[in-house]
Amino acid sequence: MPHVAHPAFLVLGAYATYALVGYGMDPLLAGLLLMPVFFAFGLAVYQFYYLSFERRGTDLGVRGIAFFFGIAFIVQVGLILAFGVDQRMVEASYIGTSIEVFGDVRIPQRMIVAFGVALALTISLSLYLSRTFTGRAIKAVAQDEGALRLMGADPVRIKRWAFGIATSTCALAGALLIIVGPVDPNLDRLYIGRTFCVVVLAGMGSMSGTLVAGLILGVAESLVLSSVGTAWAPAVAFGILLAVLGVRPAGLFGR
Amino acid sequence: MRFLIGALVLVAVAAAAPLFVRLEYFYFAGFVVLQFIVLATAWNILGGFAGYVNFGTGAFFAVGAYTAVALYKWVQLPIGLQILAGAATAGLLGFGVGLLTLRLRGIFFSIATIAITIILETVVMNWTYVGGAKGLPILRPTEMPLYFTNYTQWLFLVMTGIAVIAVAIARYIQTGWIGRGLRAIRDNEGAAECSGVPTLKLKLAAATVSGALMGAAGAPFAQYLSFIEPASAFSLNYAINALAMPIIGGTAHWIGPVIGAILLGSVQQIVTVTISSEINVLVVGVMLVVFVVVAPEGILGLWRRHVLKKGGS
Repeated sequence: MPHVAHPAFLVLGAYATYALVGYGMDPLLAGLLLMPVFFAFGLAVYQFYYLSFERRGTDLGVRGIAFFFGIAFIVQVGLILAFGVDQRMVEASYIGTSIEVFGDVRIPQRMIVAFGVALALTISLSLYLSRTFTGRAIKAVAQDEGALRLMGADPVRIKRWAFGIATSTCALAGALLIIVGPVDPNLDRLYIGRTFCVVVLAGMGSMSGTLVAGLILGVAESLVLSSVGTAWAPAVAFGILLAVLGVRPAGLFGR
Repeated sequence: MRFLIGALVLVAVAAAAPLFVRLEYFYFAGFVVLQFIVLATAWNILGGFAGYVNFGTGAFFAVGAYTAVALYKWVQLPIGLQILAGAATAGLLGFGVGLLTLRLRGIFFSIATIAITIILETVVMNWTYVGGAKGLPILRPTEMPLYFTNYTQWLFLVMTGIAVIAVAIARYIQTGWIGRGLRAIRDNEGAAECSGVPTLKLKLAAATVSGALMGAAGAPFAQYLSFIEPASAFSLNYAINALAMPIIGGTAHWIGPVIGAILLGSVQQIVTVTISSEINVLVVGVMLVVFVVVAPEGILGLWRRHVLKKGGS
């Protein structure tokens, strides 16, 4: 599926968290509570997509992409209308403090929280995809839809489920995003680059690869940030992405 | 022949417009609509005919605009040569994008074009000669060309010329063997290759022409606003509009993007003036989604289904 609206859902998750924190909730808890809501939202979006395109067989190429592009655009502009273009951030006990590790090295506590939760989320997703029956079915549907249908499984149901899970992670990831730093509605364009950079670099369908690829991208971005200057940082993810697409579209861990 | 006469009449009307219409805003808004006709037509050559979705319209547009600005600042190049230079550099970029189609199809091609946009935007932001992130004010030439008394009116005529040329090129491509080849690529690239369609050559040609036209549309941009800055030149609005207009109008025929651009362009002008510019962007997104869901063939498809059928076929 040409799902280019995913980064927009991520930013939407960050803003939903922001809205809940406004009622005095902890951002992490807000992210967790939002997950089922986003799951349902994901199911609905996929169902709509399925009814309008896949069932009619008009999914091919241009229109499917245009659909998700339009959705992403609507989310972005909707956020601008609702919250304005200013950057937003949240407050919590672990934001703004740091832990001394050794000597002069201090790590901001919010980074540790975000890192821990992100790691747990990735590992549990990875386990889910490789160990459970539904998880394996999701991997199978990506490889060969026809074969899955022959095995008696319904690819549409599996895809809807997968879409729901992917969207629900946006809620928690969005919460982490706003814990780590301020968020503005135009972020999603940058995150299209980051998301696809990580996925393509890792190789499609490789969960463990995304950890490594994320790490590579993160280090590369901070290296450029500190050596060349902040103005060049946005180009890093897209530069890597373009290079990988041009040289080895299968990615580092792809088959 | 009918097309040629129509085109000449259109240019003549645009040339004579200053004699009848005094309202400054008419030219200001008309320029934008014409600019979108060029962008939508150019997008459709690669996106509609060949099926490669380009999200990087802003990159081509801005490359054209910044080429023109750099040359204007350097040697005060006249507008005609600015446009040619802008088209040339954007065409080169298009050629590069065409090379990407070698390996990338579907969504990966589209993402790669976004990547190019962001990278180029970052480069321009750090290029101080043309103002960097702050932007650069442009002083328009003080001498008016021909009988014009107002530079915006002259730019309006120039843009009309570019639009007519762009549509003529799109029409030529569509009706000839190039168009047939591109449609074969869109429907099944592997099968096209096997049947002896020179797919790579055609894709490169389509991407180059498409890019060059977008660059030509961008070249007068700085003169029009008397100012240029990266955020507005590389704006995502160009990408979404250039994509939405052909899809709303209909991608199969050269007139589709023109219809879409006139419709959507005018609606946007009206909404921007009467409500707000954020709503105007929202309108584009919503209309795009509604059209791809309800009328996948665009306005042309609706026309064919409802009007022509009643004619008794």
